[in-house]
Amino acid sequence: MPIRGLSRRNLLKTGAAGLASAALPLGAIRPAFAANVVLGAVYVGPRDDYGWNQAHAVAMDILKTTDGVDVIEEENVPETDAVAQSMESMINLDGANLILATSFGYYDPFVKDLAKKYPDVEFRHAAPLWKEGDPTNAGSYFCYLNQAHYVDGVAAGLCTTSNKIGFVAAKPIPSVLSNINSVLLGARSVNPDATVQVIFTGDWSMPVREAEAANALVDAGADVITCHVDGPKVVIETAEGRGVKSCGHNASQRPLAPKGFITGAEYKWETIYNLYAALLADGQPLPNFLAGGYHNDMVRNTPYGAGANEAAIKAADAAIAALRGGEPIYVGPLKDNKGNLVIDKTYDNYDPELDGMNYLLEGVSGSIT
Amino acid sequence: MTSEMLATILISMLGGAIRVSTPFMFVALGETLTEKSGRINLGLEGNLILGAMVAYAVSYQTGSPWLGVLAAGFSGVFLGLMHGVICSLPRVNDIAVGIAMMSFGTGIAFFFGKPYIQPSAPRLDGLPLGGWTDDSALAQALDINPLFFVGIAVAFVMWWALANTRIGLIVRMTGDSEASARAMGVEPYKVRIMSTAVGGFLAGVGGAFLSLSYPGSWNEGLSSGQGLMAVALVIFARWHPLRCIVAALLFGAAGALGPALQSVGISAGYYFFNAAPYILTLFIMIASARATSSARGAPGELSIVK
Repeated sequence: MPIRGLSRRNLLKTGAAGLASAALPLGAIRPAFAANVVLGAVYVGPRDDYGWNQAHAVAMDILKTTDGVDVIEEENVPETDAVAQSMESMINLDGANLILATSFGYYDPFVKDLAKKYPDVEFRHAAPLWKEGDPTNAGSYFCYLNQAHYVDGVAAGLCTTSNKIGFVAAKPIPSVLSNINSVLLGARSVNPDATVQVIFTGDWSMPVREAEAANALVDAGADVITCHVDGPKVVIETAEGRGVKSCGHNASQRPLAPKGFITGAEYKWETIYNLYAALLADGQPLPNFLAGGYHNDMVRNTPYGAGANEAAIKAADAAIAALRGGEPIYVGPLKDNKGNLVIDKTYDNYDPELDGMNYLLEGVSGSIT
Repeated sequence: MTSEMLATILISMLGGAIRVSTPFMFVALGETLTEKSGRINLGLEGNLILGAMVAYAVSYQTGSPWLGVLAAGFSGVFLGLMHGVICSLPRVNDIAVGIAMMSFGTGIAFFFGKPYIQPSAPRLDGLPLGGWTDDSALAQALDINPLFFVGIAVAFVMWWALANTRIGLIVRMTGDSEASARAMGVEPYKVRIMSTAVGGFLAGVGGAFLSLSYPGSWNEGLSSGQGLMAVALVIFARWHPLRCIVAALLFGAAGALGPALQSVGISAGYYFFNAAPYILTLFIMIASARATSSARGAPGELSIVK
């Protein structure tokens, strides 16, 4: 934390605390989760980005209509000290007692530090990062989108003629790597010759570089393009403009590519936020760790677009049914693209071992450093 | 590295240079004109973003992308006039006002741009100059937006006009010596307001290119600092319109290097290659900066060289 002198914010903070303690009987200042939840939601980008933030914001509407829950939101908050300040001002100035921090880089150290500093405030963070030993008033919730990307891969594997699927990725963090690897495994499950080529742009929202990356992938022979960036609009539109097919990410981009859209991987944060809303309305505590995928309705695939052929639709539907039944994606043994054995046995789709993924599988060309 | 890989990289860089350079070119040209008159307008990032938003909105509402380009230019004139007029007040620092204008332009663009993030607006069509080749990558690289040629034409006109016309002389004189301008009966603040407004127009048009051509959609992360980099390019181009073209092309090609290398499988160290444009700028600055010549070509009245 930066050392702050006498600032307007500190004055407001002290003043507000003084007023609150004068007006309320002792002990009633911050009731544990009965009604009157003030929920502060922090987004890393704009709420309507056709992607990650939009998926959250749309689902957040469920909590806005829940009785006793007031939602305050702040968008465009970078993954820096800025998020700590945003969250603190939500707590101190708006009286937030539940914070939903929706971007990966918010957790360590910002959410962890603030959870220790404000033990009465609950923090939930949208990535599978909470583990035993972390503050108990913090927690994680996550949808395993890689399952939907696996389905993308199945469909893409049957739609590609060059056997090369292009992937525009933001940063090499485990959930992104898992999506890339799942696209490959999905494609390989129906087309053993399929390969994935990945280009990292280095940040979550870099429209010009994303367009350059999509163009470079098409120039290098990829005929299906998919991505993991915050707002996939540019990638999907660039792919459509180049006349190649595309698979979406985060939210539905089907209207953006009327000719080439195959399907896309979408979060269903609604499932989690509905559950949170029910628990909050009941005055129940929120779970520290909540995650899921196809088996508990936390991800979905976008309805097929004009780019999907019969065979692809059939195979993708079958893959969805299999995932619902718990069929594993990572069937070992598997090697990474440097030849090391990285997956020794078959892992369940929710095995925590996979959360720390730091490799690209054999068949993916690209490097994480 | 095979020759095929090299060809892919070179074509990507050629395409990147053409695709990415246009906004840099327009902003750098606008800034060149403004600085020639003796003012620095650091706020062109704001013009770029507001121009992008206005162009997209107008194109969506009217169905005519060229009308969007024009509207973007006039949004730039609005910001430029504001900067010019504020800076003409006594004891106002143009750099500070520029930073304020950058926040202002960005802020109103985000505020009014919310409803236009989702819709798809008609875009500017490129000129398919690559029709002669069967290589789809090369054909794509040569699918060039008319604004690219407009930018080059503007650079030549500005270069010629600054050197050969009465207006050009007045602008240069105002920028080099306010006293001489006054002695000639020229009112420096009028010249500077006009130059900043026209410079703002050009930066706005650069923004229109971002939202209507490449990458071709409006969102809040669209510019990511390109307006600021273009202002730096002006120093690198030594206030010369033609060198602005070269600087913008070089910057565009360097920006395409990162993705191009990864696309042919040279993927280690991509953070380094993605930083190529900045590293390039640094090296050029170091190579070209000498104590004796660093400000060569700089207008004498600029607050940073005075």
